[in-house]
Amino acid sequence: MSESADLGVVGNQPTDDGGSESAGRATRFVGVLKRMPWLTKFCFTWLILLVSAATFADVIPGLHDPDYQGFIFGDGKTNDGPSASHWLGTDNVSRDILARLIYGARVSLIFAFSGVAVGVTVGCILGSISGFLRGFVDTSIMAFVDVMLSFPALVGLLFVTTLLEARGLFVLCAVTAIFIWPRFTRVGRATAITVSGQDFVSAAKAIGTSRRRILLREILPNVFPAVLAFGLVSMAILIILESTLSFLGLGVEIPTASWGGMIAQSRQDLLINVWPAIWPSVTLLMTVYSFNNLVDWLRAQTAVRSAAV
Amino acid sequence: MPKMIASRLLRLVLTLLTVSFATFVMVNVLPGDAINALIPIDAQQDQEFVEQVREEWGLNDPMLVRYGRWLGNAVTGDLGDSIVTGQPVTAEITHRLPITLEIMFVAVGLSLLLAVPVGVFSAYREGKRPDRVISGFAQLGLSMPVFVTGLILIYIFALKLNWFPATGWNRPSNGIGPNLKTVALPAMSLAITEAAVYTRVLRSDMISTLKENYILSARAKGLTDRFVLFRHGLRPSLLTLVTVVGLSVGTLIGGTLVVEFLFAIPGIGRRIFSAIYQRDFMMVQGITVLITAFYVIVNTVVDVAYMVIDPRIRRTN
Amino acid sequence: MTTEGTVVATLDVPAPESEILRVEDLRTSFFLPIGELEAVRGVSFLLQRGRSLGIVGESGSGKTVLARSIMRLNVGANVKTTGRALFEGRDLLSLDSREMRKLWGSKIAMIFQDPMTSLNPMVKIGRQVTEHLRKHRGVGRQAAKQTALELLNEVRIPEAESRIGRFPHELSGGMRQRVSIASALACEPSLLFADEPTTALDVTVQHQILNLLSREQDQRNMTLVMVTHDLGVVAGRTDDTLVMYAGKVVEKASTIEIFGRTSHPYTEALMRSIPRTTQASHTPLVAITGRPPVATHLPKGCAFSLRCPYAQLKCHEEDPPLTPIGNSGHEAACWFPVGTDANQEAFERNLSDRLPQTLVVADSLIAGKIGQTVGDSPEEGSA
Ligand SMILES: Nc1ncnc2c1ncn2[C@@H]1O[C@H](COP(=O)(O)OP(=O)(O)O)[C@@H](O)[C@H]1O
Ligand code: SF4
Ligand SMILES: [Mg+2]
Repeated sequence: MSESADLGVVGNQPTDDGGSESAGRATRFVGVLKRMPWLTKFCFTWLILLVSAATFADVIPGLHDPDYQGFIFGDGKTNDGPSASHWLGTDNVSRDILARLIYGARVSLIFAFSGVAVGVTVGCILGSISGFLRGFVDTSIMAFVDVMLSFPALVGLLFVTTLLEARGLFVLCAVTAIFIWPRFTRVGRATAITVSGQDFVSAAKAIGTSRRRILLREILPNVFPAVLAFGLVSMAILIILESTLSFLGLGVEIPTASWGGMIAQSRQDLLINVWPAIWPSVTLLMTVYSFNNLVDWLRAQTAVRSAAV
Repeated sequence: MPKMIASRLLRLVLTLLTVSFATFVMVNVLPGDAINALIPIDAQQDQEFVEQVREEWGLNDPMLVRYGRWLGNAVTGDLGDSIVTGQPVTAEITHRLPITLEIMFVAVGLSLLLAVPVGVFSAYREGKRPDRVISGFAQLGLSMPVFVTGLILIYIFALKLNWFPATGWNRPSNGIGPNLKTVALPAMSLAITEAAVYTRVLRSDMISTLKENYILSARAKGLTDRFVLFRHGLRPSLLTLVTVVGLSVGTLIGGTLVVEFLFAIPGIGRRIFSAIYQRDFMMVQGITVLITAFYVIVNTVVDVAYMVIDPRIRRTN
Repeated sequence: MTTEGTVVATLDVPAPESEILRVEDLRTSFFLPIGELEAVRGVSFLLQRGRSLGIVGESGSGKTVLARSIMRLNVGANVKTTGRALFEGRDLLSLDSREMRKLWGSKIAMIFQDPMTSLNPMVKIGRQVTEHLRKHRGVGRQAAKQTALELLNEVRIPEAESRIGRFPHELSGGMRQRVSIASALACEPSLLFADEPTTALDVTVQHQILNLLSREQDQRNMTLVMVTHDLGVVAGRTDDTLVMYAGKVVEKASTIEIFGRTSHPYTEALMRSIPRTTQASHTPLVAITGRPPVATHLPKGCAFSLRCPYAQLKCHEEDPPLTPIGNSGHEAACWFPVGTDANQEAFERNLSDRLPQTLVVADSLIAGKIGQTVGDSPEEGSA
């Protein structure tokens, strides 16, 4: 009941006022960026850096192999402090922390993006259908959603991931998707109901447009931005979820670098060397914080705009 | 009101049925045979013995039959026996549930204790420096995963300062003091994120309440700001907070699981964790149903709380 | 901008203790992203103890802001008030918030426009009526309840005993406004502001509430400031009237004078738009043509000039100061006051120039002769 209200961005402006060429949009975008508070600029930059590093991890010159344990071959120290070759030092099996952070970012981001992608897709479609058609379809979909929501998601997730023999990133994402879509569907439905009540939908109905066409042409495009906004909010939550699973040892399988896994591993030597714990913690915090900050900023922007209308 | 409670009860029953069935199906469809929990793999050579055990535990019956049997026992309050320990699931639950509940309640209590005054104050100073600082901290608190908060607290208060134990649990029967010492860090780990969420929700509702005319008319009566804020402004601003507290029970269940893992606390969360590892399906099933029931009941209580808070809702229902 | 000298009110030459409120050159601005919005632009007046004053003007003319500025009740960090507001000799604008709080509710009280929103929906009526009594006077719970009962009886709320434990939504709009009045009266304030106390109510209820207010004012020898957009509310009820337009006082006099010798064209226009309950409901109302000016974009010269049927070149150039009309303390801010020869000439000149607002007025004069019928209203139903 409160998801859409929480969001405050259930924007259902029936698309832009037509004459927005891409050039105008680009300059407006730059203008918007300039008006960001410095902290938001910082967060935005951080996220861009993070995404780029994760994307190009394989071709970054000089980046160590994240799984290479030098001390086995006698060319690396465990729990080493920052040095010229290992900028952030090494962990307790002498792997390069920076490399593991960057490859860990990959896991986090892929997990979060895929979760959001599934959530947005399902949420838009099911939510639109549910909110526009109402009646029996709506009741059934929502009953299902309610049950899914009262099911303890983390328990379910633990359960499935534990029982699955192989826990690759893909499997993890797929399993998470099962528990992700209900909330998106709620947001989508709430928006679809508002959109359905608007004049341009009544008008379309009045001139005899088919329901399928209204759904595709009027409802879906207007539901999408709200659900997408919710997706942005969910990025932070999904990144936390992934790191938590990895911390519990239920994320991607062990040698693969992940932030939660790095933190879990560093626990044993906390009193000897805190740095292997601090680096991934700080990275995780900064990333989650950046998403939250950016979302809050966007929310304030849309609030200002809707207040101005 | 009785009508509402009746419909809520119906919903509770339906949800429990669906969730228990879903869990049951999941347990049976996913890889991992319960027989492995009953007999060590190397002892499974003896086919006859294995068959006998299967028969004994009813593992050979069709799934629906087994679910029906489980359900029949469940309504009488018997959630079956743990496949691993042989103990009744209910016994284990009653033994561990108080621990988890204590952590959760202390966490919610701490969060509210912090969030209510801070949220109110932040709204009162909207846009000014204190508000901006509080909002900044809330944003940060919101971004803290429970296990990171927990580790930080352990590092500072247990390892460095030695104020609290890093792990373990003292039951209240061992004395309230020792008990509270073991509750403190786990509850705080949960409370920081929750407090941040609550503060933001309350602040934003409070800001709109403070724009209401009745706040102005209360001020025009010469009441002190504090009186106006807490006796006039707070109650109308509580509805979203109450909803969020109800919904946050869902997150908290996940959170306690993490916290019990982190602090090695023998609560429900850790039990379900080990039960999953051991393929102790009866245990998983029982605890899942219990958690679901708890969640739905809490949110029913929230709906009743609405009516207590807002007399207008009381009337229309 | 206007650089008119301050015209300090000279309604009377008062003995100081009979003077309860003296407002001098009060100005209030809101600082908005689009610039400064001066909502009250140098208002001065004087109020004697026990009298009643009506503040009249279209919505947006700054009445609420004026009342709230005097009471120091404007909210937000972007408001600034200058000038003086002397209550019993003390300047309210320079009091600190603790001293102000002591006055609020106990010596100065306010009734707000909408009883729907000015009562807290989640607080029982009994408490809302007397909570400030308990704070200010340290009255105990039981005594406060007794007082609440008496007050509710006094404002004619039936079955007061059972209403005390009720919530506002369980009462009708009129009853709610009675509760607000009871609450305002609880500490027996010497000065009461009523900001559009009846605007949100049905016509029949309006009269009951207004009569109740007048009665209480008489009985308690209270000073009453009645803010309204409706001259008809003021007629026969308040001793003095002050007409506001675009944040300024454009005319002030005793209410009888205002109706008997209307001098400002704006006041005259307001008269034409009074809904007349004593006449058939289809009596034509003449709305004032045009819209009130936006406070951030005032016209040069007289603020009313763009809508005034008598506006001349001078009006567009120079802002008229408040000047005495006769010697009864009546003042108006107009270059061509109604009833003067100059005014008549201006009217005819505009008529021949076919100025739209002048034509509208001429038509209505011919159609309904509304101008004459208003003048005799002050006597009816005067308390
Ligand atoms: N809080 C505020 N912020 C900005 N402008 C305001 C505020 N309150 C009132 N105003 C402006 O001041 C002017 C006078 O308003 P008001 O006193 O409410 O008029 P009235 O009570 O006569 O209807 C209006 O132009 C209004 O827009
Ligand atoms: S006559 Fe001139 S000064 Fe008088 S109100 Fe009209 S415009 Fe203003
Ligand atoms: Mg007003």
